[in-house]
Amino acid sequence: MRYDRPRFLDQGEAALTVEFGDAVDAELNALVLALDGAFLQEGLQGVRETTPTYRSLLVHYEPLEMSRQALIGWIEQRLPVIASEAKQSRAAVAGASRNDGGVWVIPCCYDPEIAEDIKEAGSILGLSPSSLAEAHAAADYRAFMYGFAPGWCYLGGLPEALAIPRRLAPRGLTPEGAVLIGGGLSLVATNPMPTGWYIIGRTPERLFSLTREPPFLIAPGEALRFEPIDAETFAALDARAAKGEILARREERA
Amino acid sequence: MSARLHICAAGPGVTVQDAGRFGYSRYGVTPAGPMDEAAFLTATRAVGAAAAIEISLGGVTLETEGASLAVAIAGGAFDIRLDQQKLPSACLIPLTPGARLTIRAGVSGAWCYVAVGARFDLPLALGSLSTHARSGIGPKPLAAGDALRFLGVAPAPDGAQAIEAPWLARDDAPIRVMLGPQDDYFTPKAIEALLSAEWRVGARSDRMAYALEGPQLTHSRGHDIVSDGAAIGAIQIPGSGAPFVLMADRQPTGGYPKIATVIGADLGRLAQLRPGETLRFTKVGWAEAVAARAALKNKLAAGAVLTPLAAEVSTEKLLAVNLIGGVVSGRE
Repeated sequence: MRYDRPRFLDQGEAALTVEFGDAVDAELNALVLALDGAFLQEGLQGVRETTPTYRSLLVHYEPLEMSRQALIGWIEQRLPVIASEAKQSRAAVAGASRNDGGVWVIPCCYDPEIAEDIKEAGSILGLSPSSLAEAHAAADYRAFMYGFAPGWCYLGGLPEALAIPRRLAPRGLTPEGAVLIGGGLSLVATNPMPTGWYIIGRTPERLFSLTREPPFLIAPGEALRFEPIDAETFAALDARAAKGEILARREERA
Repeated sequence: MSARLHICAAGPGVTVQDAGRFGYSRYGVTPAGPMDEAAFLTATRAVGAAAAIEISLGGVTLETEGASLAVAIAGGAFDIRLDQQKLPSACLIPLTPGARLTIRAGVSGAWCYVAVGARFDLPLALGSLSTHARSGIGPKPLAAGDALRFLGVAPAPDGAQAIEAPWLARDDAPIRVMLGPQDDYFTPKAIEALLSAEWRVGARSDRMAYALEGPQLTHSRGHDIVSDGAAIGAIQIPGSGAPFVLMADRQPTGGYPKIATVIGADLGRLAQLRPGETLRFTKVGWAEAVAARAALKNKLAAGAVLTPLAAEVSTEKLLAVNLIGGVVSGRE
């Protein structure tokens, strides 16, 4: 659900949650990212950083430089503009930091040899691994937020047919570049972590790498699509990415 | 001028920390930074440093090579010795080549900072020197055999000095919290229990979060929220009903409701509690939290008092020092 007006919730005296709603929803996320964009552009004195999520923006601020009231006042003044920006950005699925309306095309290998859980996920969803892969690669995604670990990018836009509940108990560590589904969403993971989601593919692309410029490839709000590759191509591209090459490309939206 | 600092022995949890890594939480990157900011600032400001070595209960033994270093130490009541000389738990010393500085868990406190009057010769990772061990960002945790190089070495003081920083004294007053942001996910009874119970710091506490043991806190609307940003000090309640307080190495976002948040002025005090120690919470509002933050900031800005220490160690003093007990508890 999307609220009529955002709720302002304190997390201690130095952080304020601006909550636009309580759902995973593109329209809601667009509002969050529009407000986030306003903070990024205007560089408000006293604000240390902002953390956008599906449905809220956490504003870390220094209360000895800026009062809670002044911060809320600044946000409220911008709400009408943010609402109209969010509408436009939803049409273009544009990012907070890149406004060319393009889409990232990310190579992804769905071969069961590499995509460890695709057979298991397919059997739960009643799909063959190849039709699961086809459905996943046919959809347009939007980077809703990062969380959990560096370069763990949560994606909206998963087709209904691939909505799979989380595992009862977490699986082991994800490999680098794991593409996962779980809880009605998809995710690209960089740092290996245990997870309750299912690995249905792997990308050789590094969404996050400290040894490459830029270290982070995709900004919250940007659009992306997966391009299926076979295991041989995966190995070749993985070697190139390991040397710091960026594999993903920007395309105009169809 | 350059110098090297050798890590002769180190327990687990010895890391390099600066003020923290900010601006990347939007990409899932944790700020890290010191567990006890007031102690960190006390040590770093005494020698004009931007970063320090953070030491956990496992302790550390250090030696320099090449040049004498100005070394400031501050934190909990750790046991600090320069060769045979026992030093106060906050002090500024010259560390000369060949002298051995040993820091071990003392009577209380969980974190201690060693700042050097020089610059770490280490590369910045995303603009910061802070170690975040879980993601591998920043310098690796320090271990026996490591050597740290320093550049721009400032002159070491002539003799050892005590740092009198009363804000670092142990204080058992309740830890102040502000309710929220998801206190509406809990029954009034759960909120009352949070504020009235005696809580024990659990064994599974680390730089990421402090686990608390006490009464079970019951949710009124389930334990799952759509992921939300998480601030330092936020008290998350997972399905088990057992709270954990998010600390410096927390995840930037989380999916458990946060019943309350520890205020900034009391985070260091909470961090200095060891597993097994107890605490209570009390509720304050935004204005009171900001006043406490300003008071601590003003004390830190006024600075610590330095008092020269006698260079000679008297027999009386040596006898007062327990030289047998207090074996280092970490893996050595």
